[in-house]
Amino acid sequence: MSDAIAMRVALVGNPNSGKTALFNALTGARQKVANYPGVTVERKAGVVTTPQGHRVTVLDLPGTYSLRARSPDEVVTRDVVLGRFAGEDPPDVLVCVADATNLRLVLRLALELKRVGRPIMLALNMYDIAERQGVRIDIEGLSNALQMPIVTTVAVRKRGLDTLLREVDALFQSKAAQASLWHEPAADEIRQAHRDAEQIMRSFVKPPLRPDTWTGRLDSVLLHPVAGTIILLAVLFLMFQAVFSWATPLMDLIDAGFAWLGQLVTHYLPPGLLQSFVSDGLIAGVGSVVVFLPQILILFFFIILLEDFGYMSRAAFLMDRLMGVAGLHGRAFIPLLSSFACAIPGIMSARVIDNKRDRLTTILVAPLTTCSARIPVYTLIISAFIPNRTVWGFANLQGLVMFGLYATGIVSALVVAFVIRRLFWRSASEPFLIELPAYKMPDPMNVLRGVMQRGRIFLRRAGTIIASMMVVIWFLSSFPGAPAGATGPAIDYSLAGVIGHFLHPLLAPIGFTWQMTVALIPGMAAREVAVGALGTVYAVSGDVANGTLANTLAHQWSMASALAFLAWYVFAPQCMSTLAVVRRETNSWLWPSVMFGYMLSLAYIAAFIVFHVAQALGA
Amino acid sequence: MGVPEMGRESVLRLNELAIGDSGVIRGIEPVGGNGAHEMSADELERRLLEMGFVEGARFEILHEGLIGRDPIAVKLDDMRVALRRREAAAILVEHQHVPVLQS
Repeated sequence: MSDAIAMRVALVGNPNSGKTALFNALTGARQKVANYPGVTVERKAGVVTTPQGHRVTVLDLPGTYSLRARSPDEVVTRDVVLGRFAGEDPPDVLVCVADATNLRLVLRLALELKRVGRPIMLALNMYDIAERQGVRIDIEGLSNALQMPIVTTVAVRKRGLDTLLREVDALFQSKAAQASLWHEPAADEIRQAHRDAEQIMRSFVKPPLRPDTWTGRLDSVLLHPVAGTIILLAVLFLMFQAVFSWATPLMDLIDAGFAWLGQLVTHYLPPGLLQSFVSDGLIAGVGSVVVFLPQILILFFFIILLEDFGYMSRAAFLMDRLMGVAGLHGRAFIPLLSSFACAIPGIMSARVIDNKRDRLTTILVAPLTTCSARIPVYTLIISAFIPNRTVWGFANLQGLVMFGLYATGIVSALVVAFVIRRLFWRSASEPFLIELPAYKMPDPMNVLRGVMQRGRIFLRRAGTIIASMMVVIWFLSSFPGAPAGATGPAIDYSLAGVIGHFLHPLLAPIGFTWQMTVALIPGMAAREVAVGALGTVYAVSGDVANGTLANTLAHQWSMASALAFLAWYVFAPQCMSTLAVVRRETNSWLWPSVMFGYMLSLAYIAAFIVFHVAQALGA
Repeated sequence: MGVPEMGRESVLRLNELAIGDSGVIRGIEPVGGNGAHEMSADELERRLLEMGFVEGARFEILHEGLIGRDPIAVKLDDMRVALRRREAAAILVEHQHVPVLQS
């Protein structure tokens, strides 16, 4: 046997079968996460060497109950398995991964996979849990009935991996792929397969002697209509506390780091275009996005932890009806939740929604939830204009306004979703049909790996799309430079300044000054950049902490203008990166344009109403 | 709600049952025609089948949601599945009424 032999193995299985844990155990750190070309489904591949010394590329395919694909994820699974995916060689060996404690549905999937004609084997994962519960599986009998080799594995303890690889190797050497007999099964064929699987199940798998009672006991609390909802809210509260308070020290550190880098550049590069480009464009630009990394890591830590524990489908169960009022799917809950940190991971996680229209609705409303980039803007305006006093005896007025802005975001997301469903996609409705998996103790290594992966994906994005957006914005804000003897701030003479002045008549009816309009242009890079931009146009330090900018604004703006600015920021599509991600996720320019259009209209209308009402009230 | 008479077995739709009710799945028969489903009856049937709602499977309704007692969580043989009552309407069940003394 030569080393030149390289085989490709695909892991296929139901969701929650521990497939990704098995993939992680097999490939360790030697994995690559990318996207399948043309679609936005993640392609997770890793390399491992068999005991016989052969290189194996392992593909972790999205979980599915059948090859009849329903979501974009499942389409990838089907096409890769069938060898239809352009640019992707068909797998040499299929490994069907099963949760050994929950075999019923996966046996049917295994029978369906067999029809594909590729050499196939079954991995009974989480075998330790099955043993502990006293599930008795006649492995030899099962293997004969299914006509495929079976190995038992415990991915999180790295047990059975060598046997699995040995078996894969043997299968690859001994069996050739046959022509595929697979076709999309009709209802009666699914019924027949179920009967076959049931028959096999009855003959070779005896039910557990000590069935898992924890799931039932936990569910009686966690799915209780009242207690369960309260617990969900408490979990969310804890998550938000963590995202916003735990992340602060780290964010300050990153901020300081980028500021230091910027200073370093200012120190070593001669003043001029290059210095401005590197320090104001690149470093400040990328820094303003990377600063959200701690929040994103903490958010994903919670999401992955809850997902692995088995809670996320419960959260979807509890939220489904509430989301359903707005025409959203229970699964839209997770993307919308993520959007509170940043709309980008939120929009990316909308991939879990099968139905295209449900997914689009979720993507379109995700940026309305208050992302953390709005916080610096809100904080600045609130501290400048809203008096810090107690109302109704207990509530802080500034805190109340902040809460009001959050609430407006949530309510408007739900209302917009409702309108989209009513107006455009009235008949569309996706069934809510999800498995509630047994609760499982999350494996720390898998959680850590998942969080790191999310972090890397975010940084890669910050390094590519977002950095290039930043450069464009920097260019607009810096060219042409101020003429000699100019009195105003340099940005006033730049393209951004020209655009700002040009747009000002349009924004004057909503109470914006030309300085505010100019600040909106660099604010397109990321919402919080507007704070720095306001600092630039008023030629004062953009430091919010020492209050100089807030003071300046308090003197320069009317209360009505300030409130209009806040209203604008609740809705405005002030984030190029979000639009870029929507373009990528939907593979079309239509949806980012729709998003831009509707958010801009809402922002304008809201700011207009707020400005005129506030003026009428004498503000 | 169609709670059957004591001791009698009758075919109902899963959406008509309440928490604690149990029985056996007897068939899938989507109630179509009102346009509420974008999905064809055939597609819904296949999806329900793939999730294990197959003739002969035993079920018990474990949990109900807060608003309108919807969605429902069902123990289906040895797994648990959540679905809305609207989809549950497509599932014909034999409600095995446990005879308890109750008026």
